[in-house]
Amino acid sequence: MMQDDKVIVCEKLTKRFGDFVATNEITFDVHKGEIFGFLGANGAGKTTAMRMLCGLSAPSSGKATIAGYDVYTQTEQIKRNIGYMSQKFSLYENLTVLENIEFFGGIYGLSDERIKSKTEELLQRLGLKSEANKLVGSLPLGWKQKLSFSVAVLHEPKIVFLDEPTGGVDPVTRRQFWDMIYEAAHDGITVFVTTHYMDEAEYCNRISIMVDGKMEVLDTPANLKNSFHARSMDEVFYQLARGAKRGD
Amino acid sequence: MRTLRFLLRKEFRQIFRDKAIVAMIFFMPMVQLILMPLAADYEVRNINLSVVDHDKSPYSQKLISKIVASGYFRLTGYNASFKEAFGLIESDKADLILEIPHDFERNLIREDHEKLFVAVNAINGTKASLGGSYLGNIIADFNADIRMQLVTPPRFSQFPVIDVVASNWFNPVLNYKVFIVPGILAILVTMVGGFLSALNIVREKEIGTIEQINVTPIRKHIFIIGKLVPFWVLANIVFTIGLLVARFVYGIIPVGSLLTLYAFISVYLLAVLGFGLLVSTFCDTQQQAMFIMFFFMMLFILLGGLFTSIDSMPEWAKLITRVNPVRYMIEVMRMVILKGSSFADILPHVGVVALMAVILNGWAILNYKKTN
Repeated sequence: MMQDDKVIVCEKLTKRFGDFVATNEITFDVHKGEIFGFLGANGAGKTTAMRMLCGLSAPSSGKATIAGYDVYTQTEQIKRNIGYMSQKFSLYENLTVLENIEFFGGIYGLSDERIKSKTEELLQRLGLKSEANKLVGSLPLGWKQKLSFSVAVLHEPKIVFLDEPTGGVDPVTRRQFWDMIYEAAHDGITVFVTTHYMDEAEYCNRISIMVDGKMEVLDTPANLKNSFHARSMDEVFYQLARGAKRGD
Repeated sequence: MRTLRFLLRKEFRQIFRDKAIVAMIFFMPMVQLILMPLAADYEVRNINLSVVDHDKSPYSQKLISKIVASGYFRLTGYNASFKEAFGLIESDKADLILEIPHDFERNLIREDHEKLFVAVNAINGTKASLGGSYLGNIIADFNADIRMQLVTPPRFSQFPVIDVVASNWFNPVLNYKVFIVPGILAILVTMVGGFLSALNIVREKEIGTIEQINVTPIRKHIFIIGKLVPFWVLANIVFTIGLLVARFVYGIIPVGSLLTLYAFISVYLLAVLGFGLLVSTFCDTQQQAMFIMFFFMMLFILLGGLFTSIDSMPEWAKLITRVNPVRYMIEVMRMVILKGSSFADILPHVGVVALMAVILNGWAILNYKKTN
């Protein structure tokens, strides 16, 4: 692969909280348009790593560039080029669907016409037309998550970070959600996603598995299954994660 | 600037969608301004007086009825002995005992002097000392009346008498409400502004929406201004409602110009809101923010000069009041509303408060971190 094809370059990235090493020298690259799965048991350090990559948390040591920008010094440029969907639903529940879209579009500097056309397109695709003026808090979880994702990619970022986007969502909605992820990847958006569902891991181009803050493996799902002599990703994950000392 | 527009639109939508906040903004100033000045009165009334009258003469009766007629005292006991009356003080039924000796009338007429004994229950300090001095005044007045009746004053009194007559400027009849209403309004505006702003950013932290904001390229100062402006507008509305209540309920019309008043309020609110925002950048939960604000609000209010005069505070307390924004607000309110001070008169106040606004908001912006 070409050097300039890499949108995330990470070298020995580490985050310590006092004595606790949440993320321990992780090194990896992510290519443009790739769907990169980021797996690990609870407390393995996934969210911490993701927050560093988004410029929400300053690394303790190591190097990383996102879309060519440094995570230490250019966090604001990073933020202009990424979308982020946190584990916790974080759109405004006391604003309507339309108001949320308008607000985040405005914050990212989209023009009024652009917000209007994007909103139209988004409501159409999500089938939320009749719910447009409802408060977001009143929507079912599945719709909330799809809306969240759509808002995260509203400004057409280079990379979108998704932290357990399908947690607690029904299988049908999960399937639809992954269709949206594929669509985004098809449009050239790099998708960086964490999940606990191993069937979802199979949808990724490459996956990494974190154990106790370290990145233990990184490969395509097929190669991982081969090297672990496993029939499913479930087994691969189980073999790696049962050795973990950290947990909930 | 465009970003700010979206931020403001969002904040106003959220505020007006919250029924509790809207109710607080409109009803709190009205209810508080109507109830508080009526209940929180400096004047001490209903002082329970027990009388031990050993004389039982027309004069002693006259004195007692004069005391009761003053309206400050309530005769709770008419006892035969001091010991019996003291029982009332012990059981908290009486605040004062007035003991009138035997031969009160005779001594007063023949000897031209007499001693009365007043015992004060000092558990409730203000009530006791004020009650004691009221009683002293009434007795002195009574004494003067008696002397006038008994002796025709000589053309030139052999004792020079200095009669002090006080005239109260700016509040001629010492209307207590005129004094307290502007002060309560000052505190009200401070509380509404301070608490609303302190809780707001923390609320976003608690729900997690701040994370979604922090991951956008929004500039920190724009975000803070976006939080500041809506509460600034709301607090101004509260202030205006308060002025209307003062005008139509208490008939208090500012002697000075409204423009001067609003000019000060505009700057003052920036300081108060900045303080609230600063607190919110330090806290992770609304509970923390609430307690911290409560701590400071109590200090600000008690050291603000509304309930106790700053002039009579010890030196160290006076120093603290210098960094208390509420103190300046209360002073300006009284200066402009009662005295009619001009903008030039309150310029030093504006200067101090403006400095506070710059420091507090600057600190809030520095302390708000998009990257932890």
